[in-house]
Amino acid sequence: MAKKIVTALVGAAVLGMGAQAAQADTLSDVKAKGFVQCGVNGSNLAGFGAQDSAGNWSGLDVDLCKAVAAAIFGDATKVKYTPLSAKDRFPALQSGEIDMLARNTTWSTSRDSQLGFDFRAVTYYDGQGFMVKKELGVKSALELSGASVCVQSGTTTELNLADYFRSNNMDFKPVVFESQDEADAAYNAGRCDAYTTDASGLYSIRLKMANPDDHMVLPEIISKEPLGAAVRQNDSKWLDVVSWSHYALVAAEEFGITQANVEEMKKSANPDIKRFLGEEADSTLGADLGLPKDWAVQIIKAVGNYGESFERNVGQASPLKIDRGLNALWNKGGLQYAPPIR
Amino acid sequence: MAIAQARTGDGEPPKVSLLYNPALRSYVYQILTLVLIVWVVWYAWHNATQNLARANMTSGFGFLNSRAGFDIAQSLIAYTSDSTYFRALQVGLLNTLVVAACSIVTATIVGLLVGIGRLSHNWLVARLCTVYVEIFRNIPPLLVIFFWYLGVLALLPTIRTIFQHVKDNPGAIFFISNRGIYMPAPIFGDGFGLVVAAFVAGVLAAIAFTVWANARQRATGNRPPVLMVNLALILLLPFVVFLLMGMPLSFDYPVPGSFNMKGGMVIGPEFLALYLALSLYSASFIAEIVRAGIRGVPGGQTEASYALGLRPGPTTRLVILPQALRIIIPPLTSQYLNIIKNSSLAVAVGYADLVAVGGTILNQSGHSIEIIAIWMAIYLSISLLTSLFMNWFNAKMALVER
Ligand SMILES: N[C@@H](CCC(=O)N[C@@H](CS)C(=O)NCC(=O)O)C(=O)O
Repeated sequence: MAKKIVTALVGAAVLGMGAQAAQADTLSDVKAKGFVQCGVNGSNLAGFGAQDSAGNWSGLDVDLCKAVAAAIFGDATKVKYTPLSAKDRFPALQSGEIDMLARNTTWSTSRDSQLGFDFRAVTYYDGQGFMVKKELGVKSALELSGASVCVQSGTTTELNLADYFRSNNMDFKPVVFESQDEADAAYNAGRCDAYTTDASGLYSIRLKMANPDDHMVLPEIISKEPLGAAVRQNDSKWLDVVSWSHYALVAAEEFGITQANVEEMKKSANPDIKRFLGEEADSTLGADLGLPKDWAVQIIKAVGNYGESFERNVGQASPLKIDRGLNALWNKGGLQYAPPIR
Repeated sequence: MAIAQARTGDGEPPKVSLLYNPALRSYVYQILTLVLIVWVVWYAWHNATQNLARANMTSGFGFLNSRAGFDIAQSLIAYTSDSTYFRALQVGLLNTLVVAACSIVTATIVGLLVGIGRLSHNWLVARLCTVYVEIFRNIPPLLVIFFWYLGVLALLPTIRTIFQHVKDNPGAIFFISNRGIYMPAPIFGDGFGLVVAAFVAGVLAAIAFTVWANARQRATGNRPPVLMVNLALILLLPFVVFLLMGMPLSFDYPVPGSFNMKGGMVIGPEFLALYLALSLYSASFIAEIVRAGIRGVPGGQTEASYALGLRPGPTTRLVILPQALRIIIPPLTSQYLNIIKNSSLAVAVGYADLVAVGGTILNQSGHSIEIIAIWMAIYLSISLLTSLFMNWFNAKMALVER
């Protein structure tokens, strides 16, 4: 019900947005109100956006929210989280209810154009997969013809699913849920034979099952899912802040700067590192972004570099144990690449 | 002042200041209200288009012709992911209408029985009906839906169990599983249309016969054998035509496929959960409405009916209920409207109703305002049509004083 109200409110919100300043300036708005309103996962998706019993948020997506807050305020706690279902996330961003969306959201053309958003930084390169119960004896997604498949509505997942089965001349019975929790329960009860979503999501959901070892993720990856942060379009200053917060994480890993050694690294003789950490005499990098001089230092202090955040949330130090794969640095065979910070 | 002056005047009609003219005042108020409403609507529309333009979002309903791209689980009409958004909305609307219509019928029947049952002199029946009403009336409908979906239907035998069951009982044609109720699907052959036509003709003839029989009973006191004749007209006639046409009906039986039963017909647990929850939830309110309606008929009516020699059954049916209907219909209409609106709780269990499908379109296409406008227009139309019908029915049932 609450979700439906949110959706209904969008209409009202768009209708009643009133006469705003012609050019949107979320960065100034955020500075004025003193916190970042960040849209995150509504059903706990461990590793990406999840809340513990004490109410603390963690995850790879959540780390980006924290990084942005740290860059602006030097304080990673200056974030307010809005948990959102796949369906509600876009209206929430369009209406201005949230400042940024960090909720394993795939960057696609229509979202970038038609929906009125901007994407730039990709925080996690993913692709869509299938999970089945081992007892089915299925070894490949191509054996799934005739199966019932659980899927969440309002996602690229449900579109890819339809296309994949169609192009392989297989039929399937979709069982569509709005919230992931209900999809989980239905899959668990045997309402569907397979569960499909981003592979990362599958790993996370598998761990939620009573007996994770009874389930397996099939080898096929049927789509490209570059998951990244979205902001409203026509607000490039804000897009810059969000994107460069991610690039700072990646650059820090490349430079070998960690949460532990960042203070020491300030004294580095390397001019790239000095500039990055705001130690160069009259650098205006931070100021040009609308941020304090030590913005990168604050980010690294808050969440570590990209590699640290990855390992802590979804990698070997987490229950998910996902390999870096596509998300390794570009010079280590992956796709994570930060433009030069200068 | 004006009035005082007028009184002292010489016989002229009293001159009341326009300011105090009730007719004029009422006009002014109405015009002001109208202007205000028009202004609010205009302002909202103007603001919306401006904000959309600023967000670079197009508006208009043209997008409804684009390819939907997503599949829908329950569809009564042909639909694939290649169909348009418009088609998807039709699927959703149809699903809404089906679940609302089925629930309204069931809720009315159950509500009527429980409502009458609560007034029964049988202690156990009355208590059971009271318990039913108190339980269902006091639980939010969303919880009732989840109760059916996760608490009952999900616990039914799995599809694997059914496959095993088919192996052990090769003749079985009817299965209940946690993926729905499977049953044979009828296949209508050539000439089945005539059977349907015969049935319709039979029903019409039965109605005509009943009217004639009632008139005759009033005139002569003899009641023709209505039940037998009507049964013959409604059942026997189509059956004879069916035989004459060479029995143009066969069945497609559900058989185990690779993952699901193949063939046959299936009623999914999403529909069932919503249908059962809406019906049983609303039935508890309807039961109270029925009880209030019956209680609202003065006790003297029953006594008078008994005094005329009518037995309790006919007394309820012929004397009490027709009078009670006048009290029952208006609140019953509200309950029907509630069922229609509550059917949008379908999203909770993934039943593809208008709101679920519309929400997906809204999300995939970004046209929130258009979709919300469509939702409002459709729900408003369904509800208005329902109340129009009920108002007509109410007028027909109203007490005609003789
Ligand atoms: N990347 C896809 C799918 C995103 C998505 O919503 N995934 C689901 C399944 S992993 C999810 O995160 N659910 C958690 C939630 O509802 O909060 C998209 O952007 O459309």
